[in-house]
Amino acid sequence: MKLSGSVSALSMVSLLALQSVATAQGTFDRSKAPELGPPPKVSLPPIVTRQLPNGLKLMIVEQHELPLADFVLLVGSGSTADPANKPGIANLLSAMLREGTTTRKSLEIADQIAFLGIRLFPASSWESSTLSLHTPTAQLDSALALFADVALHPSFPANEFERVRKTQLTELLQLRDQGAAIASIAFPAIIYGSAHPYGAPAQGTEASVKALTTGDLQSYYEANFRPNNATLIVVGDVTPAQVEQKINALFGSWQRADIHQLNYSEPPKSGTTTIFLIDKPGAAQSSFRIGAVGVPRSTRDYFALTVMNTILGGSFTSRLNQNLRETRGFTYGAGSRFDMRRAAGPFLASAEIVTAKSDSALLEFMKELNGIRQPVPPAELSRAKRYLQLQLPGNFETTQQIAAALVPVALYGLPLDYFNNYVQNIEGVTQADVARVAQQYINPGSLAVVIVGDRKTIEQGLKSANVGPILIRDITGQPIQ
Amino acid sequence: MKKSSLLVTLCFLIGSGSLATSLRAQVTPKIQFEKYKLPNGLEVILHEDHSTPIVAVDTWYHVGSGDEQVGRTGFAHLFEHIMFMGSQNVPVGAFDQMLEAAGANNNGSTTEDRTNYYETLPSNALQLALWLDADRMGFLLPTMDLPKVNLQRDVVKNERRQRVDNQPYGRADEIILAALYPKSHPYSWPVIGSMADLSAASLADVQNFFRTYYAPNNATLAIAGDFDPATVKKMVEQYFGSIPRGPQVKRRTTVPAVVIPRDTFLVLEDKVQLPRLFYTWHSVKGFSKDDAALDILAQVLAGDKNSRLYKKLVYELQTAQSVSAFQDGSRLDGKFQIDVTPKPGQKVSDIDRVVQAQIDSVISNGITPRELQRAQNTYKASFLNRLASVLGKAEVLNSYNYFVGNPDFVQQDAARYERVTAVDVQRVAKTYLGRPKIILTVVPEGKKEMMLTASGGGR
Repeated sequence: MKLSGSVSALSMVSLLALQSVATAQGTFDRSKAPELGPPPKVSLPPIVTRQLPNGLKLMIVEQHELPLADFVLLVGSGSTADPANKPGIANLLSAMLREGTTTRKSLEIADQIAFLGIRLFPASSWESSTLSLHTPTAQLDSALALFADVALHPSFPANEFERVRKTQLTELLQLRDQGAAIASIAFPAIIYGSAHPYGAPAQGTEASVKALTTGDLQSYYEANFRPNNATLIVVGDVTPAQVEQKINALFGSWQRADIHQLNYSEPPKSGTTTIFLIDKPGAAQSSFRIGAVGVPRSTRDYFALTVMNTILGGSFTSRLNQNLRETRGFTYGAGSRFDMRRAAGPFLASAEIVTAKSDSALLEFMKELNGIRQPVPPAELSRAKRYLQLQLPGNFETTQQIAAALVPVALYGLPLDYFNNYVQNIEGVTQADVARVAQQYINPGSLAVVIVGDRKTIEQGLKSANVGPILIRDITGQPIQ
Repeated sequence: MKKSSLLVTLCFLIGSGSLATSLRAQVTPKIQFEKYKLPNGLEVILHEDHSTPIVAVDTWYHVGSGDEQVGRTGFAHLFEHIMFMGSQNVPVGAFDQMLEAAGANNNGSTTEDRTNYYETLPSNALQLALWLDADRMGFLLPTMDLPKVNLQRDVVKNERRQRVDNQPYGRADEIILAALYPKSHPYSWPVIGSMADLSAASLADVQNFFRTYYAPNNATLAIAGDFDPATVKKMVEQYFGSIPRGPQVKRRTTVPAVVIPRDTFLVLEDKVQLPRLFYTWHSVKGFSKDDAALDILAQVLAGDKNSRLYKKLVYELQTAQSVSAFQDGSRLDGKFQIDVTPKPGQKVSDIDRVVQAQIDSVISNGITPRELQRAQNTYKASFLNRLASVLGKAEVLNSYNYFVGNPDFVQQDAARYERVTAVDVQRVAKTYLGRPKIILTVVPEGKKEMMLTASGGGR
């Protein structure tokens, strides 16, 4: 055996030179990628829905792999429901939910979270506020009691509010350290203007946060945290009957009320492509945010846009990343996205670009934003579609992933069979669809190019790039007084 | 979703509603696995989980930045990037294109101790991942050239800019490592490396590094998810079995002694609004006797709102914006770190007095049973969370296999935290946080006078 072993090892060397290897399974050609069998059948877990008499909707998915459960209370109001002159309320309210209830003090809530080994975290977004619970089911009853108390009986204690306000003001100060954060706040302020809710800073301003009171939080809470404005998403090692019974007991007496429906004003019309340069002296990289007002989530072009954006900047092999990272090495990563909301959210392409290549990168960005308007090669289209279709099952693996996937279904009223039809809807997107939505929604002649970087190093090059006029802005995106 | 093959040996104690009872009922599951070795030395670990029709393929190479040579810091991580640039049968760019077309997500990462490469993909595409990973394990060099190296050198330099140079407080870590460890210590430089060393890396370095470390006998392949074991074993044999064994890899098993004779005060100017204080003590390596007690100590000091430092500095006095603490136990050595960001207008010397008083209080008076219980319960739940995805399980199997030689160590690992007593926590606080330390103050540019120059504990 030893002898024959060494003989086969020798013959292997010569075979390797021919790119073909003898193995226990016989000879195979390593130069050919394996042919794959058909993808596994996608069977997404059924969503069970219930509604409490007070209007609270339940979406329940059983997942019994581990003794864990996730609960997401999704309230259909976020920072866009902040009164126009008081940005930052939804954000501060969310930070205050764990700071005290009518029967629990701030430190008691924190003590129970750690003692139970659970995660309980509030968050707010443009159009929703969430309270998320991740718990081992061994602690389910205690965890749910805490979850319901925090959701339903926040008391906004004055002393805790002053502390949280101070923390928030310091966070606003610290944002100045980060070019990427400055760019992400300035970009929507520039394309929407401060009069539109999507242009206001969700985290508030120094002035607005200083002026807010616990009364503002209480009013917002009373107006928006109502069962008829909420969905409770439940995923994990539970049964619908068990969930309904427990939630009824805890949330059944939550009082409904009329919810003020927001009407968004039209965003300002975009002008010709303009560079908005924000100085960050000595920055090693320039933060690029290039885009314009995009589309609402209800757009009929959702699937075509999703495929188009996957090709443009939505995956590692997308054009922006391939060009700016994998061909030119200007950045660690580049991408693009359509942030779809109730009204038209922003489209933006972004990257952190090495300072010395800011002008060259701008030209490459523009090249790709123009290029995507031409018909895409069939192989590239096909790869993007397969990527979106075939990674779907992997997005439904853990309880947290499933709960996150259900949030847009609840928030934007998508059909319950939305994911079951997803593969088919992506399949229906044609080359012509991609070209059409690119031409309709990406207009290289009317983009806002927000760049936060070292002005004295990059301004001349950006000017020479001749993409558009340069306006200098402050760190909030406003003209410098 | 179908039942997983996790052996969930839960005892369903029907609790009387008492928290203590229900917490005891939560048991960390075992992970069923099969481990074997190919004749060329490649270790293979298989774990079946049919709950979702996906598979994770996770290859660990037993090499990290700690194996780098002086003058070539950052090379292990640069090499990780180069592994995605194609190999003999995979043209440049095709690695990611083929995986995306199959619905896969993939990435890699580098630490001081190891480098990993992973794909999560629909179960029908498992063979593709094995083919791609085998090709770069066996046949990376034939198509390797300087342009590939140069391209990823630029990408990695931008990664460094994004994570370090253009990140507030981003350079603190490399200053601390250089001060804490002697120059010859493998953890004295950061994983990302220096710009100068990244510039110096050559094609010959890539070839030598590959020949030294990227051989089947220095790697472990973990596959977790929806597959048939008999079929997968055949595929693994087909794709990896003929890759020749490399030379025996000699890695360090010891490190130079770390001697900090007295408190060392350092300052770094940065583009920041607020200063930040970093305290770093030499501690112990991962999985060693006091490692879990130090993890619990970090949780007790800064893990949540009731932790000692958070409660005093952020909650009560409100002189600090944030505080964190962690024990960082790696393969060969470890450190314990606390950092505090003062609120605007607060002096770092005042913050320091409170930090020292809180540490001294743990050393002198110990911790309460409730503090211990909170920290232990938080850890207990974290073990369940790591098992929620097939990639999480593949990583757990690889990690335990590498660090303790047993892929299914999750229950024993959980037990390490269960066994920690209040006396242990007090003892490790005294032993390790009583030592002289490195104290770095990151200050706004031009404000060196804000640095801490003497510590309240005064050792």
